[in-house]
Amino acid sequence: MIQVREVSKQYGAKTVVDRLSFTAKPGQVTGFLGPNGAGKSTTMRMVVALDAPTAGDVLVNGRPYASSKAPLREIGVLLEARAMHPGRTAVSHLLALARTHGISRSRVDEVLDLAGLSAVAHKRVGAFSLGMGQRLGIAAALLGDPAVVMLDEPVNGLDPEGVLWVRNLLTGLAAEGRTVMLSSHLMSEVSLIADHLVIIGRGRLLADTTVADFVTAEGVRVVTAAPDALRTAIAGPGITVTSTGAEELLVAGTTARAIGLAAAGRGIPLFELTPQNASLEEAFMALTHNAVEYEAAR
Amino acid sequence: MKITPGGVVAAEWTKFSSLRSTWITTGISVVLLIAFGMIASASFSGDSLSAVDLALSGSTLAALAVGVLGALLGAGEYTTGMIRATLAAVPRRLPVLWSKSLVAGVAALVTMTAGAFAAFALGSAVLNDAIGGLGLRDDGVLRALLGAGLYLGLVAVLGVALGMLVRSSAGAIAILAGLLLIVPGLAALLPDSISETVTPYLPSNAGSAVMALTQGDNTLAPWTGLAVFAGYVVVALAVAAFRLKKTDA
Repeated sequence: MIQVREVSKQYGAKTVVDRLSFTAKPGQVTGFLGPNGAGKSTTMRMVVALDAPTAGDVLVNGRPYASSKAPLREIGVLLEARAMHPGRTAVSHLLALARTHGISRSRVDEVLDLAGLSAVAHKRVGAFSLGMGQRLGIAAALLGDPAVVMLDEPVNGLDPEGVLWVRNLLTGLAAEGRTVMLSSHLMSEVSLIADHLVIIGRGRLLADTTVADFVTAEGVRVVTAAPDALRTAIAGPGITVTSTGAEELLVAGTTARAIGLAAAGRGIPLFELTPQNASLEEAFMALTHNAVEYEAAR
Repeated sequence: MKITPGGVVAAEWTKFSSLRSTWITTGISVVLLIAFGMIASASFSGDSLSAVDLALSGSTLAALAVGVLGALLGAGEYTTGMIRATLAAVPRRLPVLWSKSLVAGVAALVTMTAGAFAAFALGSAVLNDAIGGLGLRDDGVLRALLGAGLYLGLVAVLGVALGMLVRSSAGAIAILAGLLLIVPGLAALLPDSISETVTPYLPSNAGSAVMALTQGDNTLAPWTGLAVFAGYVVVALAVAAFRLKKTDA
Protein backbone atom coordinates (compact mmCIF):
# COMPACT_ATOMS: atom_id res chain seq x y z
CA MET A 1 0.00 0.00 0.00
CA ILE A 2 1.17 3.51 -0.80
CA GLN A 3 -0.28 6.35 1.25
CA VAL A 4 0.46 9.87 0.08
CA ARG A 5 -0.70 12.26 2.77
CA GLU A 6 -1.01 16.00 2.20
CA VAL A 7 2.29 16.02 0.36
CA SER A 8 3.74 19.20 -1.10
CA LYS A 9 7.00 19.70 -2.92
CA GLN A 10 8.51 23.04 -3.77
CA TYR A 11 11.60 23.73 -5.80
CA GLY A 12 12.42 27.28 -4.88
CA ALA A 13 9.27 29.30 -5.51
CA LYS A 14 7.73 26.69 -7.80
CA THR A 15 5.23 24.31 -6.25
CA VAL A 16 5.43 21.04 -8.15
CA VAL A 17 3.18 18.99 -5.87
CA ASP A 18 0.48 20.76 -3.92
CA ARG A 19 -1.12 19.09 -0.87
CA LEU A 20 -1.62 15.84 -2.70
CA SER A 21 -3.30 12.91 -0.96
CA PHE A 22 -4.24 9.51 -2.29
CA THR A 23 -3.87 5.84 -1.49
CA ALA A 24 -2.87 3.00 -3.78
CA LYS A 25 -4.38 -0.18 -2.35
CA PRO A 26 -3.27 -3.80 -2.49
CA GLY A 27 -4.89 -6.01 -5.08
CA GLN A 28 -5.56 -3.09 -7.38
CA VAL A 29 -3.83 -1.45 -10.28
CA THR A 30 -3.76 2.27 -9.63
CA GLY A 31 -3.26 4.45 -12.67
CA PHE A 32 -1.48 7.70 -11.91
CA LEU A 33 -2.34 10.18 -14.60
CA GLY A 34 -1.59 13.72 -15.48
CA PRO A 35 -0.21 15.81 -18.31
CA ASN A 36 3.54 16.15 -18.65
CA GLY A 37 4.89 18.24 -15.82
CA ALA A 38 1.93 17.53 -13.54
CA GLY A 39 4.20 16.25 -10.76
CA LYS A 40 3.82 12.49 -11.28
CA SER A 41 7.52 11.67 -11.35
CA THR A 42 8.25 13.96 -8.42
CA THR A 43 5.52 12.24 -6.41
CA MET A 44 6.92 8.82 -7.25
CA ARG A 45 10.41 9.94 -6.28
CA MET A 46 9.02 11.08 -2.93
CA VAL A 47 7.43 7.66 -2.38
CA VAL A 48 10.86 6.02 -2.42
CA ALA A 49 12.50 8.87 -0.51
CA LEU A 50 14.68 10.06 -3.38
CA ASP A 51 13.15 13.49 -2.88
CA ALA A 52 12.03 14.75 0.49
CA PRO A 53 8.55 16.35 0.61
CA THR A 54 8.45 20.00 1.63
CA ALA A 55 5.37 19.13 3.68
CA GLY A 56 3.32 16.03 4.37
CA ASP A 57 4.50 12.46 4.34
CA VAL A 58 4.40 9.26 2.35
CA LEU A 59 4.01 5.78 3.80
CA VAL A 60 4.88 2.55 2.03
CA ASN A 61 3.14 -0.42 3.63
CA GLY A 62 2.38 1.79 6.60
CA ARG A 63 5.92 3.05 7.23
CA PRO A 64 8.24 5.71 5.91
CA TYR A 65 10.25 3.99 3.18
CA ALA A 66 13.68 4.91 4.53
CA SER A 67 12.98 3.10 7.81
CA SER A 68 12.48 -0.26 6.10
CA LYS A 69 14.95 -3.05 6.84
CA ALA A 70 14.40 -4.61 3.42
CA PRO A 71 13.34 -1.79 1.09
CA LEU A 72 13.43 -3.91 -2.07
CA ARG A 73 10.94 -6.25 -0.44
CA GLU A 74 8.56 -3.36 0.27
CA ILE A 75 8.50 -1.72 -3.12
CA GLY A 76 10.03 -2.19 -6.53
CA VAL A 77 10.28 0.89 -8.70
CA LEU A 78 10.96 1.82 -12.27
CA LEU A 79 11.57 5.53 -12.51
CA GLU A 80 11.12 7.51 -15.66
CA ALA A 81 14.72 8.05 -16.66
CA ARG A 82 17.09 5.12 -16.99
CA ALA A 83 18.74 4.39 -13.66
CA MET A 84 21.63 2.22 -14.77
CA HIS A 85 25.27 2.54 -15.75
CA PRO A 86 25.65 2.00 -19.52
CA GLY A 87 28.97 0.23 -19.04
CA ARG A 88 27.54 -2.58 -16.94
CA THR A 89 25.92 -5.76 -18.23
CA ALA A 90 22.29 -6.44 -17.44
CA VAL A 91 23.22 -9.22 -15.06
CA SER A 92 25.82 -7.12 -13.18
CA HIS A 93 23.35 -4.26 -12.86
CA LEU A 94 20.82 -6.55 -11.22
CA LEU A 95 23.47 -8.31 -9.13
CA ALA A 96 24.71 -5.00 -7.74
CA LEU A 97 21.19 -4.20 -6.56
CA ALA A 98 20.50 -7.76 -5.37
CA ARG A 99 23.64 -7.96 -3.22
CA THR A 100 22.53 -5.04 -1.01
CA HIS A 101 19.75 -7.31 0.27
CA GLY A 102 21.50 -10.64 -0.02
CA ILE A 103 19.16 -11.63 -2.87
CA SER A 104 20.42 -14.76 -4.61
CA ARG A 105 21.95 -15.01 -8.05
CA SER A 106 19.18 -17.42 -9.04
CA ARG A 107 16.57 -14.71 -8.38
CA VAL A 108 18.52 -12.40 -10.70
CA ASP A 109 18.35 -15.01 -13.47
CA GLU A 110 14.67 -15.51 -12.70
CA VAL A 111 13.73 -11.85 -13.21
CA LEU A 112 15.92 -11.64 -16.31
CA ASP A 113 14.01 -14.58 -17.69
CA LEU A 114 10.69 -13.06 -16.66
CA ALA A 115 11.59 -9.87 -18.52
CA GLY A 116 12.68 -11.82 -21.58
CA LEU A 117 16.27 -10.63 -21.26
CA SER A 118 18.09 -13.93 -20.68
CA ALA A 119 19.63 -13.83 -24.14
CA VAL A 120 21.13 -10.38 -23.57
CA ALA A 121 21.99 -10.83 -19.88
CA HIS A 122 25.71 -10.42 -20.58
CA LYS A 123 25.36 -7.49 -22.98
CA ARG A 124 26.26 -4.04 -21.80
CA VAL A 125 23.25 -1.92 -20.95
CA GLY A 126 24.54 0.98 -23.05
CA ALA A 127 23.78 -1.06 -26.17
CA PHE A 128 20.18 -1.71 -25.12
CA SER A 129 17.24 -0.22 -26.99
CA LEU A 130 14.78 1.92 -25.06
CA GLY A 131 12.41 -1.04 -24.80
CA MET A 132 15.10 -3.40 -23.51
CA GLY A 133 16.14 -0.77 -20.98
CA GLN A 134 12.52 -0.59 -19.81
CA ARG A 135 12.38 -4.36 -19.48
CA LEU A 136 15.57 -4.34 -17.42
CA GLY A 137 14.15 -1.58 -15.24
CA ILE A 138 11.02 -3.67 -14.67
CA ALA A 139 13.16 -6.74 -13.92
CA ALA A 140 15.02 -4.66 -11.30
CA ALA A 141 11.70 -3.56 -9.80
CA LEU A 142 10.67 -7.21 -9.33
CA LEU A 143 14.00 -8.31 -7.86
CA GLY A 144 12.93 -8.25 -4.22
CA ASP A 145 9.53 -9.88 -4.86
CA PRO A 146 8.02 -6.64 -3.53
CA ALA A 147 4.58 -6.08 -2.03
CA VAL A 148 4.27 -2.86 -4.02
CA VAL A 149 5.31 -2.28 -7.62
CA MET A 150 5.47 1.31 -8.82
CA LEU A 151 6.35 2.04 -12.42
CA ASP A 152 6.77 5.44 -14.04
CA GLU A 153 5.70 5.35 -17.71
CA PRO A 154 6.44 1.61 -18.00
CA VAL A 155 5.33 1.13 -21.59
CA ASN A 156 7.46 3.99 -22.90
CA GLY A 157 9.46 2.68 -25.81
CA LEU A 158 8.01 -0.84 -25.69
CA ASP A 159 6.81 -2.57 -28.83
CA PRO A 160 3.22 -3.87 -28.96
CA GLU A 161 4.30 -7.24 -27.62
CA GLY A 162 6.10 -5.52 -24.76
CA VAL A 163 3.05 -3.40 -23.98
CA LEU A 164 0.93 -6.53 -23.77
CA TRP A 165 3.55 -8.17 -21.57
CA VAL A 166 3.53 -5.23 -19.13
CA ARG A 167 -0.27 -5.23 -19.09
CA ASN A 168 -0.48 -8.95 -18.25
CA LEU A 169 2.36 -8.72 -15.78
CA LEU A 170 0.77 -5.86 -13.85
CA THR A 171 -2.73 -7.31 -13.74
CA GLY A 172 -1.15 -10.60 -12.63
CA LEU A 173 0.78 -8.86 -9.84
CA ALA A 174 -2.37 -7.13 -8.64
CA ALA A 175 -4.27 -10.42 -8.75
CA GLU A 176 -1.63 -11.85 -6.41
CA GLY A 177 -2.66 -9.17 -3.92
CA ARG A 178 0.15 -6.73 -4.56
CA THR A 179 -0.24 -3.01 -4.83
CA VAL A 180 0.48 -1.88 -8.38
CA MET A 181 0.80 1.73 -9.40
CA LEU A 182 1.76 2.98 -12.81
CA SER A 183 1.94 6.45 -14.21
CA SER A 184 1.21 7.65 -17.66
CA HIS A 185 0.20 10.73 -19.53
CA LEU A 186 -1.91 8.58 -21.84
CA MET A 187 -5.37 7.72 -20.57
CA SER A 188 -5.99 5.10 -23.23
CA GLU A 189 -3.03 3.08 -22.02
CA VAL A 190 -3.94 3.18 -18.36
CA SER A 191 -7.66 2.52 -18.78
CA LEU A 192 -6.86 -0.94 -20.11
CA ILE A 193 -4.99 -2.01 -16.96
CA ALA A 194 -6.06 0.16 -14.07
CA ASP A 195 -8.94 -0.34 -11.66
CA HIS A 196 -8.36 2.87 -9.79
CA LEU A 197 -7.41 6.27 -11.18
CA VAL A 198 -5.56 9.10 -9.53
CA ILE A 199 -5.45 12.11 -11.81
CA ILE A 200 -3.35 15.15 -11.06
CA GLY A 201 -2.71 18.44 -12.81
CA ARG A 202 -0.21 21.06 -11.75
CA GLY A 203 0.57 19.01 -8.67
CA ARG A 204 -2.99 18.93 -7.42
CA LEU A 205 -5.42 16.08 -7.14
CA LEU A 206 -8.08 16.39 -9.83
CA ALA A 207 -9.79 13.05 -9.46
CA ASP A 208 -9.48 9.97 -7.29
CA THR A 209 -11.91 7.53 -8.81
CA THR A 210 -12.43 4.22 -10.55
CA VAL A 211 -12.15 3.74 -14.29
CA ALA A 212 -15.83 2.77 -14.39
CA ASP A 213 -16.95 5.91 -12.57
CA PHE A 214 -14.68 8.17 -14.51
CA VAL A 215 -16.37 7.29 -17.79
CA THR A 216 -19.89 7.29 -16.43
CA ALA A 217 -22.00 7.57 -19.48
CA GLU A 218 -23.36 11.03 -20.01
CA GLY A 219 -26.48 9.25 -21.24
CA VAL A 220 -28.05 7.81 -24.32
CA ARG A 221 -29.04 10.02 -27.21
CA VAL A 222 -32.38 9.02 -28.63
CA VAL A 223 -34.03 10.38 -31.73
CA THR A 224 -37.66 9.41 -32.04
CA ALA A 225 -40.89 10.49 -33.72
CA ALA A 226 -42.72 10.38 -30.39
CA PRO A 227 -40.53 11.82 -27.65
CA ASP A 228 -43.39 12.29 -25.21
CA ALA A 229 -44.60 8.71 -25.54
CA LEU A 230 -41.04 7.48 -25.04
CA ARG A 231 -40.64 9.61 -21.92
CA THR A 232 -43.56 7.84 -20.32
CA ALA A 233 -42.43 4.45 -21.56
CA ILE A 234 -39.01 4.62 -19.94
CA ALA A 235 -39.84 6.67 -16.84
CA GLY A 236 -38.54 5.16 -13.65
CA PRO A 237 -36.50 5.88 -10.54
CA GLY A 238 -33.05 7.30 -11.20
CA ILE A 239 -33.80 7.92 -14.84
CA THR A 240 -33.61 11.47 -16.11
CA VAL A 241 -34.74 12.52 -19.54
CA THR A 242 -33.75 15.82 -21.07
CA SER A 243 -35.10 17.18 -24.29
CA THR A 244 -32.29 18.29 -26.54
CA GLY A 245 -34.29 18.98 -29.71
CA ALA A 246 -37.69 18.56 -31.30
CA GLU A 247 -37.22 14.83 -31.72
CA GLU A 248 -34.18 14.34 -29.53
CA LEU A 249 -33.85 13.16 -25.96
CA LEU A 250 -30.84 12.59 -23.74
CA VAL A 251 -31.58 9.79 -21.30
CA ALA A 252 -29.41 9.19 -18.28
CA GLY A 253 -29.58 6.39 -15.72
CA THR A 254 -30.46 3.54 -18.02
CA THR A 255 -28.99 1.64 -20.93
CA ALA A 256 -29.55 1.87 -24.68
CA ARG A 257 -30.76 -1.74 -24.56
CA ALA A 258 -33.49 -0.98 -22.01
CA ILE A 259 -34.64 2.06 -23.98
CA GLY A 260 -34.77 0.06 -27.21
CA LEU A 261 -36.79 -2.72 -25.61
CA ALA A 262 -39.22 -0.25 -24.02
CA ALA A 263 -39.71 1.55 -27.33
CA ALA A 264 -40.26 -1.70 -29.22
CA GLY A 265 -42.77 -2.84 -26.62
CA ARG A 266 -44.87 0.27 -27.23
CA GLY A 267 -44.30 0.37 -30.96
CA ILE A 268 -42.47 3.70 -30.76
CA PRO A 269 -40.23 4.21 -33.78
CA LEU A 270 -36.61 5.11 -33.00
CA PHE A 271 -34.35 6.75 -35.57
CA GLU A 272 -31.25 6.80 -33.48
CA LEU A 273 -30.10 5.22 -30.22
CA THR A 274 -26.56 6.16 -29.28
CA PRO A 275 -24.77 5.77 -25.93
CA GLN A 276 -22.95 9.05 -25.29
CA ASN A 277 -19.84 7.77 -23.59
CA ALA A 278 -17.41 10.59 -23.43
CA SER A 279 -14.20 8.79 -24.26
CA LEU A 280 -11.78 8.41 -21.39
CA GLU A 281 -9.32 10.50 -23.28
CA GLU A 282 -11.86 13.32 -23.74
CA ALA A 283 -12.87 13.22 -20.10
CA PHE A 284 -9.23 13.26 -19.09
CA MET A 285 -8.42 16.14 -21.41
CA ALA A 286 -11.39 18.15 -20.20
CA LEU A 287 -10.43 17.56 -16.59
CA THR A 288 -6.78 18.45 -16.92
CA HIS A 289 -7.46 21.30 -19.32
CA ASN A 290 -9.77 22.91 -16.79
CA ALA A 291 -7.13 22.58 -14.13
CA VAL A 292 -4.62 24.35 -16.27
CA GLU A 293 -7.05 27.15 -17.08
CA TYR A 294 -8.01 27.50 -13.45
CA GLU A 295 -4.37 27.85 -12.55
CA ALA A 296 -3.58 30.26 -15.35
CA ALA A 297 -6.44 32.56 -14.40
CA ARG A 298 -5.17 33.09 -10.89
CA MET B 1 16.34 -10.89 3.03
CA LYS B 2 17.33 -7.49 4.32
CA ILE B 3 19.96 -4.80 3.94
CA THR B 4 23.21 -5.60 5.70
CA PRO B 5 26.41 -3.53 5.81
CA GLY B 6 28.24 -6.47 4.24
CA GLY B 7 25.62 -6.65 1.50
CA VAL B 8 26.07 -3.00 0.62
CA VAL B 9 29.85 -3.47 0.49
CA ALA B 10 29.40 -6.55 -1.72
CA ALA B 11 27.10 -4.52 -3.97
CA GLU B 12 29.65 -1.74 -4.27
CA TRP B 13 32.34 -4.29 -5.08
CA THR B 14 30.08 -5.70 -7.81
CA LYS B 15 29.64 -2.20 -9.22
CA PHE B 16 33.38 -1.55 -9.02
CA SER B 17 34.47 -4.80 -10.61
CA SER B 18 31.81 -4.93 -13.33
CA LEU B 19 32.99 -1.79 -15.11
CA ARG B 20 35.73 -1.91 -17.69
CA SER B 21 36.73 1.67 -16.84
CA THR B 22 37.69 0.74 -13.26
CA TRP B 23 40.13 -1.90 -14.44
CA ILE B 24 41.58 0.41 -17.06
CA THR B 25 42.04 3.28 -14.60
CA THR B 26 43.52 0.99 -11.96
CA GLY B 27 45.86 -0.52 -14.54
CA ILE B 28 46.96 2.91 -15.71
CA SER B 29 47.68 3.96 -12.11
CA VAL B 30 49.93 0.96 -11.54
CA VAL B 31 51.70 1.41 -14.86
CA LEU B 32 52.32 5.10 -14.18
CA LEU B 33 53.70 4.33 -10.74
CA ILE B 34 56.08 1.66 -12.00
CA ALA B 35 57.09 3.27 -15.30
CA PHE B 36 57.94 6.67 -13.84
CA GLY B 37 59.77 5.01 -10.96
CA MET B 38 61.91 3.04 -13.40
CA ILE B 39 62.60 6.02 -15.66
CA ALA B 40 63.61 8.22 -12.74
CA SER B 41 65.74 5.47 -11.18
CA ALA B 42 67.60 4.89 -14.41
CA SER B 43 68.16 8.49 -15.41
CA PHE B 44 68.66 10.49 -12.21
CA SER B 45 72.22 10.94 -11.07
CA GLY B 46 72.11 13.78 -8.50
CA ASP B 47 72.61 13.27 -4.79
CA SER B 48 69.40 14.78 -3.37
CA LEU B 49 67.20 11.71 -3.82
CA SER B 50 67.49 8.15 -2.59
CA ALA B 51 66.64 4.97 -4.46
CA VAL B 52 63.20 4.82 -2.78
CA ASP B 53 62.37 8.43 -3.57
CA LEU B 54 63.25 7.74 -7.19
CA ALA B 55 61.26 4.51 -7.29
CA LEU B 56 58.19 6.40 -6.08
CA SER B 57 58.56 9.31 -8.55
CA GLY B 58 55.42 8.14 -10.29
CA SER B 59 53.32 8.61 -7.18
CA THR B 60 52.13 12.10 -8.14
CA LEU B 61 50.68 10.88 -11.43
CA ALA B 62 49.46 7.65 -9.86
CA ALA B 63 47.68 9.75 -7.22
CA LEU B 64 45.92 11.66 -9.95
CA ALA B 65 44.93 8.40 -11.65
CA VAL B 66 43.52 6.71 -8.53
CA GLY B 67 41.83 9.96 -7.58
CA VAL B 68 40.16 9.97 -10.99
CA LEU B 69 39.14 6.35 -10.39
CA GLY B 70 37.43 7.32 -7.14
CA ALA B 71 35.84 10.40 -8.69
CA LEU B 72 34.43 8.36 -11.58
CA LEU B 73 32.97 5.81 -9.16
CA GLY B 74 31.34 8.50 -7.08
CA ALA B 75 30.17 10.92 -9.76
CA GLY B 76 29.30 8.10 -12.19
CA GLU B 77 26.32 7.24 -9.99
CA TYR B 78 24.89 10.66 -10.75
CA THR B 79 25.95 11.13 -14.36
CA THR B 80 24.41 7.79 -15.36
CA GLY B 81 21.28 8.00 -13.18
CA MET B 82 22.29 4.79 -11.37
CA ILE B 83 22.01 6.72 -8.10
CA ARG B 84 18.21 6.47 -8.28
CA ALA B 85 18.35 2.67 -8.32
CA THR B 86 21.11 2.66 -5.72
CA LEU B 87 19.29 4.88 -3.24
CA ALA B 88 15.92 3.26 -3.85
CA ALA B 89 17.57 0.01 -2.74
CA VAL B 90 19.45 1.63 0.16
CA PRO B 91 17.27 4.56 1.22
CA ARG B 92 19.36 5.25 4.32
CA ARG B 93 21.95 6.44 1.81
CA LEU B 94 25.06 6.79 3.97
CA PRO B 95 26.02 3.09 3.82
CA VAL B 96 26.45 3.62 0.07
CA LEU B 97 29.07 6.32 0.61
CA TRP B 98 30.95 4.36 3.27
CA SER B 99 30.91 1.16 1.21
CA LYS B 100 31.95 2.85 -2.00
CA SER B 101 34.82 4.57 -0.16
CA LEU B 102 35.87 1.31 1.44
CA VAL B 103 35.86 -0.61 -1.85
CA ALA B 104 37.72 2.11 -3.78
CA GLY B 105 40.15 2.70 -0.91
CA VAL B 106 40.99 -0.96 -0.34
CA ALA B 107 41.27 -1.68 -4.07
CA ALA B 108 43.66 1.25 -4.51
CA LEU B 109 45.57 0.35 -1.34
CA VAL B 110 46.16 -3.22 -2.48
CA THR B 111 47.08 -2.45 -6.10
CA MET B 112 49.17 0.60 -5.25
CA THR B 113 51.08 -1.15 -2.45
CA ALA B 114 51.90 -3.93 -4.89
CA GLY B 115 52.77 -1.27 -7.47
CA ALA B 116 55.07 0.54 -5.03
CA PHE B 117 56.97 -2.66 -4.22
CA ALA B 118 57.20 -3.50 -7.92
CA ALA B 119 58.43 0.02 -8.71
CA PHE B 120 61.07 -0.31 -6.00
CA ALA B 121 62.21 -3.74 -7.20
CA LEU B 122 62.28 -2.78 -10.88
CA GLY B 123 63.68 0.67 -10.12
CA SER B 124 66.51 -0.91 -8.11
CA ALA B 125 67.24 -3.25 -11.00
CA VAL B 126 67.78 -0.37 -13.43
CA LEU B 127 69.13 2.07 -10.84
CA ASN B 128 71.62 4.66 -12.08
CA ASP B 129 75.17 3.78 -11.01
CA ALA B 130 75.53 7.16 -9.29
CA ILE B 131 72.82 6.29 -6.72
CA GLY B 132 73.40 3.96 -3.81
CA GLY B 133 71.11 0.95 -3.82
CA LEU B 134 68.79 0.23 -0.90
CA GLY B 135 67.19 -2.92 0.45
CA LEU B 136 63.81 -3.46 2.13
CA ARG B 137 65.61 -3.79 5.47
CA ASP B 138 67.15 -0.34 5.21
CA ASP B 139 65.78 2.39 7.44
CA GLY B 140 62.47 3.81 6.25
CA VAL B 141 62.25 1.85 3.01
CA LEU B 142 59.39 -0.38 4.10
CA ARG B 143 57.60 2.59 5.66
CA ALA B 144 57.90 4.60 2.43
CA LEU B 145 56.57 1.76 0.26
CA LEU B 146 53.67 0.85 2.56
CA GLY B 147 53.03 4.55 3.08
CA ALA B 148 52.74 5.03 -0.68
CA GLY B 149 49.99 2.39 -0.79
CA LEU B 150 48.17 3.99 2.14
CA TYR B 151 48.43 7.49 0.68
CA LEU B 152 47.17 6.38 -2.74
CA GLY B 153 44.36 4.40 -1.09
CA LEU B 154 43.29 7.56 0.72
CA VAL B 155 43.48 9.57 -2.51
CA ALA B 156 40.98 7.13 -4.06
CA VAL B 157 38.65 7.72 -1.10
CA LEU B 158 39.08 11.47 -1.55
CA GLY B 159 38.07 10.99 -5.19
CA VAL B 160 34.91 9.10 -4.18
CA ALA B 161 34.00 11.79 -1.66
CA LEU B 162 34.50 14.58 -4.20
CA GLY B 163 32.58 12.66 -6.86
CA MET B 164 29.60 12.06 -4.57
CA LEU B 165 29.80 15.66 -3.38
CA VAL B 166 29.87 17.54 -6.68
CA ARG B 167 27.98 14.85 -8.65
CA SER B 168 29.91 15.57 -11.84
CA SER B 169 32.92 13.65 -13.12
CA ALA B 170 34.54 16.68 -14.70
CA GLY B 171 33.94 18.84 -11.64
CA ALA B 172 35.29 16.26 -9.22
CA ILE B 173 38.38 15.58 -11.32
CA ALA B 174 39.07 19.31 -11.67
CA ILE B 175 38.85 19.84 -7.91
CA LEU B 176 41.01 16.79 -7.27
CA ALA B 177 43.71 17.88 -9.72
CA GLY B 178 43.53 21.38 -8.28
CA LEU B 179 43.99 20.15 -4.71
CA LEU B 180 46.81 17.75 -5.50
CA LEU B 181 48.74 19.56 -8.23
CA ILE B 182 47.84 23.23 -8.49
CA VAL B 183 47.41 24.31 -4.87
CA PRO B 184 51.07 23.55 -3.97
CA GLY B 185 52.14 25.71 -6.92
CA LEU B 186 49.89 28.55 -5.86
CA ALA B 187 51.19 28.37 -2.30
CA ALA B 188 54.65 29.07 -3.63
CA LEU B 189 53.41 32.46 -4.79
CA LEU B 190 52.60 33.51 -1.24
CA PRO B 191 55.13 35.55 0.78
CA ASP B 192 57.89 33.24 1.98
CA SER B 193 57.03 33.43 5.67
CA ILE B 194 53.44 32.31 5.07
CA SER B 195 54.32 29.86 2.32
CA GLU B 196 56.82 28.04 4.52
CA THR B 197 54.26 27.56 7.27
CA VAL B 198 51.43 26.53 4.99
CA THR B 199 53.15 24.38 2.37
CA PRO B 200 53.81 21.26 4.49
CA TYR B 201 50.12 21.08 5.38
CA LEU B 202 48.80 21.18 1.81
CA PRO B 203 47.09 17.89 0.92
CA SER B 204 49.56 16.38 -1.50
CA ASN B 205 52.61 17.63 0.43
CA ALA B 206 51.32 16.26 3.71
CA GLY B 207 50.39 12.93 2.15
CA SER B 208 53.66 12.58 0.28
CA ALA B 209 55.66 13.03 3.48
CA VAL B 210 55.05 9.38 4.32
CA MET B 211 56.79 8.30 1.11
CA ALA B 212 59.92 10.43 1.51
CA LEU B 213 62.93 8.56 2.83
CA THR B 214 64.68 11.68 4.03
CA GLN B 215 62.62 14.51 5.48
CA GLY B 216 63.43 17.99 4.20
CA ASP B 217 63.23 21.03 6.52
CA ASN B 218 59.91 21.91 5.05
CA THR B 219 58.01 18.66 5.37
CA LEU B 220 56.00 17.02 8.12
CA ALA B 221 57.11 13.82 9.82
CA PRO B 222 55.96 10.78 7.76
CA TRP B 223 53.02 9.57 9.83
CA THR B 224 52.03 13.09 10.87
CA GLY B 225 51.84 13.98 7.19
CA LEU B 226 49.69 10.96 6.38
CA ALA B 227 47.44 11.76 9.36
CA VAL B 228 46.99 15.33 8.11
CA PHE B 229 46.06 14.01 4.67
CA ALA B 230 43.64 11.54 6.25
CA GLY B 231 42.11 14.54 8.02
CA TYR B 232 41.40 16.19 4.66
CA VAL B 233 39.80 12.96 3.43
CA VAL B 234 37.60 12.76 6.54
CA VAL B 235 36.46 16.35 6.03
CA ALA B 236 35.64 15.66 2.37
CA LEU B 237 33.71 12.51 3.36
CA ALA B 238 31.78 14.40 6.04
CA VAL B 239 30.72 17.12 3.59
CA ALA B 240 29.78 14.49 0.99
CA ALA B 241 27.78 12.57 3.60
CA PHE B 242 25.96 15.73 4.61
CA ARG B 243 24.98 16.50 1.03
CA LEU B 244 24.01 12.89 0.31
CA LYS B 245 21.74 12.75 3.35
CA LYS B 246 20.21 16.20 3.10
CA THR B 247 19.59 16.87 -0.56
CA ASP B 248 17.34 15.23 -3.12
CA ALA B 249 19.03 12.59 -5.20
